[in-house]
Amino acid sequence: MADQQIIISGFGGQGILSAGRILAYAGMLEKKNVSWLPSYGPEMRGGTANCHVIISDEAVGSPILNSATSLIVMNGPSLDKFEGIVESGGIIIKDSSLVERDPNRKDVQVYGIPATKVAFEMGNPTFANIILLGKLIEVTKIISKEAFEEALKKTLPAKKHHMIPDEMKALEYGMHYSA
Amino acid sequence: MGEKLLMKGNEVIAEAALRAGCRHYFGYPITPQTEIAHYMAKKMNELGGTFVQAESEVAAINMVYGAASAGARVLTSSSSPGISLKQEGLSYIAGAELPAVVVNIVRCGPGLGGILPAQCDYFQAVKGGGHGDYKMVVLAPSSVQELYELTVEAFNIADRYRIVSMIMGDGILGQMMEVVEFKDKENIEKVEKNWATTGTQMKREHNTITSIYIEPEILEKHNQKLQAKFALIAEKETRVESYNCEDADIIVTAFGTVARIVKNVIKMAQKEGIKVGLIRPITLWPFPVKEFEKYADVPKAFLSVELNAGQMVEDVKLAVNGKRPVHFYGRMGGMIPTQKEILDKIKEILNK
Repeated sequence: MADQQIIISGFGGQGILSAGRILAYAGMLEKKNVSWLPSYGPEMRGGTANCHVIISDEAVGSPILNSATSLIVMNGPSLDKFEGIVESGGIIIKDSSLVERDPNRKDVQVYGIPATKVAFEMGNPTFANIILLGKLIEVTKIISKEAFEEALKKTLPAKKHHMIPDEMKALEYGMHYSA
Repeated sequence: MGEKLLMKGNEVIAEAALRAGCRHYFGYPITPQTEIAHYMAKKMNELGGTFVQAESEVAAINMVYGAASAGARVLTSSSSPGISLKQEGLSYIAGAELPAVVVNIVRCGPGLGGILPAQCDYFQAVKGGGHGDYKMVVLAPSSVQELYELTVEAFNIADRYRIVSMIMGDGILGQMMEVVEFKDKENIEKVEKNWATTGTQMKREHNTITSIYIEPEILEKHNQKLQAKFALIAEKETRVESYNCEDADIIVTAFGTVARIVKNVIKMAQKEGIKVGLIRPITLWPFPVKEFEKYADVPKAFLSVELNAGQMVEDVKLAVNGKRPVHFYGRMGGMIPTQKEILDKIKEILNK
């Protein structure tokens, strides 16, 4: 797919904003036009966070998404809030260890991965967002695995670079997961 | 050109100021622009400059007054309620004809209002929020790359004319990340500041920085000189982007982030056979009057879309000067118009 309008949403602390940032950075490394817009409004005070990411071959117009081609949700309220704005034929990826219900939409592809549970088993619960991103890039091909790894190097501080091999394992897990 | 980086708008403003040779920052934190202060706090020490988190916005703007008096390139930044507090200082700086750069990452008001994006400080910025007949050059970037380029230019303009340049954005622009490409070397205009209070070394007459002129004849002359300067700036420094205006059915006018939404609307409208043009003022003052005159006869109507109750639309009406109807569509309180809302308004105006 040439263009992706992605919303990633969940609780503060789940790495929602950083997942979007790595994705946008990887898009930039793939020479695409990108934008990343975090929620910074009152919803942050309620403990939820989301970001809008656009990765496109064309110049990015508005960075605010009124509709999305892909949605990643890491809690129930996020699915309630954003399910309706996914385009027909789009994608919803949910962390099935935290989001109990299935989307009501029948015109989108839905992928459930118990990402938080798997990340705990891998020994690092902060990998849940990476597992879900793995599924996103596998399904959409919006960026390559190599660009993702390069983006991790660029966005993580040097003291965390030792984690990159494990993060890539988490990404691969998400890419190849099937229920 | 240098390396491409993915950066937040607010951080890019700070980086651009440092690249423009600004070594003095005075401010007080307020959402949604506090990253500017964070960045300055981190970098200014390494560069041997001054970072002060002042005790208030009033103190910060008066520190700007002081540094500017000494001829330094100086920056302060805030958001709407904080900018209101700075108005007295801005009037004094304008009266004393000092160069300074002020950033307003606007939030919705009135009062404390909210922290979400708005353009409700247009009047305050372009009509003079402080007392007296004065103007500031008001620059309204609409991308992170433009934030960088216009921040550097804001310092050049301020020095060139001894005037305050204001960068006006909103929380979307300040908070979003986009690709920015910095130049290897900035175009920093060197202006001789022989008026600055830098110490006489007992070798020259002392310089005086003041905005007080008790004698009416002298004060009127001072005002006339200011007005001549503003007229010169209007002639030389007006900036605007026009898009698809030549054969437009309707010309939409919008600045900053709203202009980005309108560009998407133009594409949507094309699919339905409606030709929509855009005039995007990049300088809100001086207002690009000539651009409106140039296209005034082309469309059936104009539409100003703003994040306020209708402010820039008054300048659009003055510029269109009755040649065509001028409509308005706005959202307030941090609400952002969707592309569909704007397109629906266009169809309503064109009876489609």
